[in-house]
Amino acid sequence: MTTAQPSEKLALPEGVEPIINDFSITVGTVNGSGSQTSNTTLMRAIFKMGVPVEGKNLFPSNIQGLPTWFTIRVSKDGYLARREEHEIVVAMNPASFARDVADVLPGGVLFYDDSIRLAIGRDDITVYPMPVKKLAKASGAPSSLRNYVANMVYVGVLAQMLGIDLDKIRFALDFHFKGKEKPIALNMGVVEAAAQWAAENLEKKDPYMVAPMDKTEGYIMTDGNVAAALGSIYGGVQFVGWYPITPASSLAETLNEYLPKLRKDKDGKHTFAVVQAEDELAAIGMAIGAGWAGLRSMTSTSGPGVSLMTEFIGLAYAAEVPVVIWNVARVGPSTGLPTRTGQGDLTMLFFLGHGDTNNAILIPANPTEAFEFGWKAFDIAERLQAPVFVLSDLDLGMNQWMTKPFQYPDQPMDRGKILWEDDLETFAEKFKMEWGRYVDVDGDGIPYRTVPGNRHPRSAYFTRGTGHDDYARYSEDPENWEHLQNRIKQKFQVARELMPLPVVYETEGGAEIGLIGFGTTEDAILEARDQLMAAGIPTDFMRVRSLPCSHHLDDFVKNHKRVYVVELNRDGQLHQILTMHLPGQAEKMVSVAHIDGLPMTARWVREQIMAQEAK
Amino acid sequence: MATRTNRAGLTKQQYRGAPSTLCQGCGHNSIASQIIAAAYELDIVPENIVKFSGIGCSSKSPTYFLSRSFGFNGLHGRMPSLATGALLADVSLKGMGVSGDGDTASIGMGQFKYVVRRNLDMVYIVENNGVYGLTKGQFSATAEKGLTLKKQGTNPYMPVDICMEAVIGGASFVARSFAGDPKQVKELLKAAIQHKGLAIIDIISPCVSFNNREGSYHSYSWGKAHETPIHDISFVPSREEIILKEAFEPGEIKDVTLHDGSHILLKKLDRDYDPTSRVDAIQILDENYRNNLLLTGLIYINPGQPTLADIHNLPDYALNRLTEKDLRPSPETLEAINAQMF
Ligand SMILES: Cc1ncc(C[n+]2csc(CCOP(=O)(O)OP(=O)(O)O)c2C)c(N)n1
Ligand code: SF4
Ligand SMILES: [Mg+2]
Repeated sequence: MTTAQPSEKLALPEGVEPIINDFSITVGTVNGSGSQTSNTTLMRAIFKMGVPVEGKNLFPSNIQGLPTWFTIRVSKDGYLARREEHEIVVAMNPASFARDVADVLPGGVLFYDDSIRLAIGRDDITVYPMPVKKLAKASGAPSSLRNYVANMVYVGVLAQMLGIDLDKIRFALDFHFKGKEKPIALNMGVVEAAAQWAAENLEKKDPYMVAPMDKTEGYIMTDGNVAAALGSIYGGVQFVGWYPITPASSLAETLNEYLPKLRKDKDGKHTFAVVQAEDELAAIGMAIGAGWAGLRSMTSTSGPGVSLMTEFIGLAYAAEVPVVIWNVARVGPSTGLPTRTGQGDLTMLFFLGHGDTNNAILIPANPTEAFEFGWKAFDIAERLQAPVFVLSDLDLGMNQWMTKPFQYPDQPMDRGKILWEDDLETFAEKFKMEWGRYVDVDGDGIPYRTVPGNRHPRSAYFTRGTGHDDYARYSEDPENWEHLQNRIKQKFQVARELMPLPVVYETEGGAEIGLIGFGTTEDAILEARDQLMAAGIPTDFMRVRSLPCSHHLDDFVKNHKRVYVVELNRDGQLHQILTMHLPGQAEKMVSVAHIDGLPMTARWVREQIMAQEAK
Repeated sequence: MATRTNRAGLTKQQYRGAPSTLCQGCGHNSIASQIIAAAYELDIVPENIVKFSGIGCSSKSPTYFLSRSFGFNGLHGRMPSLATGALLADVSLKGMGVSGDGDTASIGMGQFKYVVRRNLDMVYIVENNGVYGLTKGQFSATAEKGLTLKKQGTNPYMPVDICMEAVIGGASFVARSFAGDPKQVKELLKAAIQHKGLAIIDIISPCVSFNNREGSYHSYSWGKAHETPIHDISFVPSREEIILKEAFEPGEIKDVTLHDGSHILLKKLDRDYDPTSRVDAIQILDENYRNNLLLTGLIYINPGQPTLADIHNLPDYALNRLTEKDLRPSPETLEAINAQMF
């Protein structure tokens, strides 16, 4: 492993110790001004220098005009959670200027657009003004693009002042603009001019630097929605019904982008259909129809869309129809915080339906896992003959993550218990009984199904939400109803064994304290664990990757003295589910939960646990 | 005596379903009988049809016909979406959707308009009685203004005209009939089944329990008295040579060719009506609506309109029979994708 070395080009003032690859940059701009390109370019260039990096886009629900922030965490130690503290702030927006200035940590750095003529009033930070307007104008960009290239000015200035390689910036721009010479040249021109200007006019006074490492080798950068879409394709998705909603839209849009490339037959015909429905009710209706008819079928949406889908998903649960539902969670109801992140939909998904329901849920924590659960979800749905949720969130779905490359499925497809014409012929002989849609011949609660298109004269059956017997005949008989409910419940005992197991991080020698979390809070919890360890509090950590709870989870809770259930919602929803699941262990499980719309930080986790431990 | 079979080698009995649990005399029952007759006479193998319905008395009826066909009794107002996803699984299957006026024109208006827009390959039957039968007699969207019913008072709103909505929405086949005219119901059903695309048939189907009062638009007596067929229609499957029956006078016949070469012969009655003109369809619907007449027959047809499967460039083989080797792209493609990621 190489340790980071300060660039020779960056001379630090006498006596200043460099701080290398260990700080956060926050850029404050106006939403819709094109700063996204600049911010991802910076982040990608740092990534290409081999330095672990993560970006979080904290944007408003607005197309243009409101303040927006992008934070870049640079961490030689590979800590990638959001931090609340910013060593470096780039202030491009007069509207958020005062707040951005106040946010710089003492000893930190402020870069700002020098056309903002507002008081700074701090002498504990380094301040670098940037002639943004002048450099944007000098770029020769047409006036319509000038605001846009203005954001490239700070990319150039930061590159110069922090030691970010211009070649890597060119590489990032080339990727962003898919090799199109004109925009690359225009943007790179601004970056170079700005770097040049900084070299000639600014004197480095701060200690922050980026220096090359080799810690990003074997990683890619992508977001969870792209990963989910690709995973679904490698899971053989055939039908997608969807309706646009932030932060889920780019999942279906990515399916639309890749499916025609990957899934045409030899005559150019599509072996899939993606239908943008008129609303979520229709999106899920189509997906359930397709799943019922034997297609690998899915929809993607967010919390408010799931609400609209509820009646249909309840029917699919009762009628035993496989379908995959991605919930890329946002915060609150429709007008809550649609562009923010949280884990507030867990309880809703788990119990969603009518009467008694416990749904199967997969919970990925990073894009690599989103890809994996993308294909696995179909196997599980078809095996269980049930709706399967995948619970992602805005942080995973829409932010760029440094993640392992997508792994090709390591298991053949499991199409579940499906019978075609020949299978029906041999069924009676094999099982010594007539096939019936809901007959549980294997004793695992999962019957065999046929699908439309099966031309065997005994293949058809009638599907309904109403009560029915094992042969799918209408029945309001109390015994039939109870038998049906109990059999369906039994399927979810099977699910406990089928679903991805939790991931466990153990302290050597064992710990009394157990932490439990799920999904995208993993980075914050792992970092907090190290900080707690440094403070003399060793912990073990289990990241739950699916519901219903696996037996491993039961054991983890039983084997620890105190268990903190850490999550990004108000009421501690996983904590509630676990206390119901393990009532005998309820007393030792403590909820550590909050929701403010932002990704979790290690500091918050550490402070909460320390406070609890001090009690 | 040997039992009679059709060209599919099936007896009529093999097209039946479970015994009906609807009220005696309900219009929905006679429609179910005509579905059985139409499928039998067309020699359709029941496994080639998939039945769908929403919720209502009408939507219960798919259990009462074609028990050898797959069926899905879904949600109130959501039959179209269910059928849309399912029928793409095997494009050789024909959808047979049954809905009610509440199911289609109230809670399901959105999905109705959208399935029309997508031209799914399905017969869409609305068993229209002007009330909610299953929930015991509330007004539906097609109840006429001024209708007075026990417990409900008087309906203050203008009715929705399902055929008009379908024509305006761009449907490729729109017809209306009356459950009390079984011959016409059957002929229209046959034409609808042969039509490639969405075929809407709005069938006035009196509810004997909640809306069959003398003078009500959806009653038997009113239907019989006010029905004005635009055509005598006769459906000729493609295998039969087209022979003009005696009643069809040359010059009075409109011959509409369907996708598979079969024909519908329309005999004009009181006007020279052209069912391939959308403008004429809208006009005649509007005229009859204002004159308080129950217009029946084939109102509009466009046999060439691309179906949903065409629009999505689907192959003619069944997607639901594809296996892992067709569905999971190769490891090399994933390697290339990983290499393309930043
Ligand atoms: C979501 C939902 N809302 C309400 C109902 C209750 N409901 C059942 S049938 C029906 C009306 C059916 O009327 P129509 O479609 O005209 O069918 P008919 O019974 O008249 O044939 C209603 C409101 C339901 N099943 N689901
Ligand atoms: S209530 Fe009306 S619609 Fe329902 S079955 Fe009876 S007659 Fe038919
Ligand atoms: Mg009705």
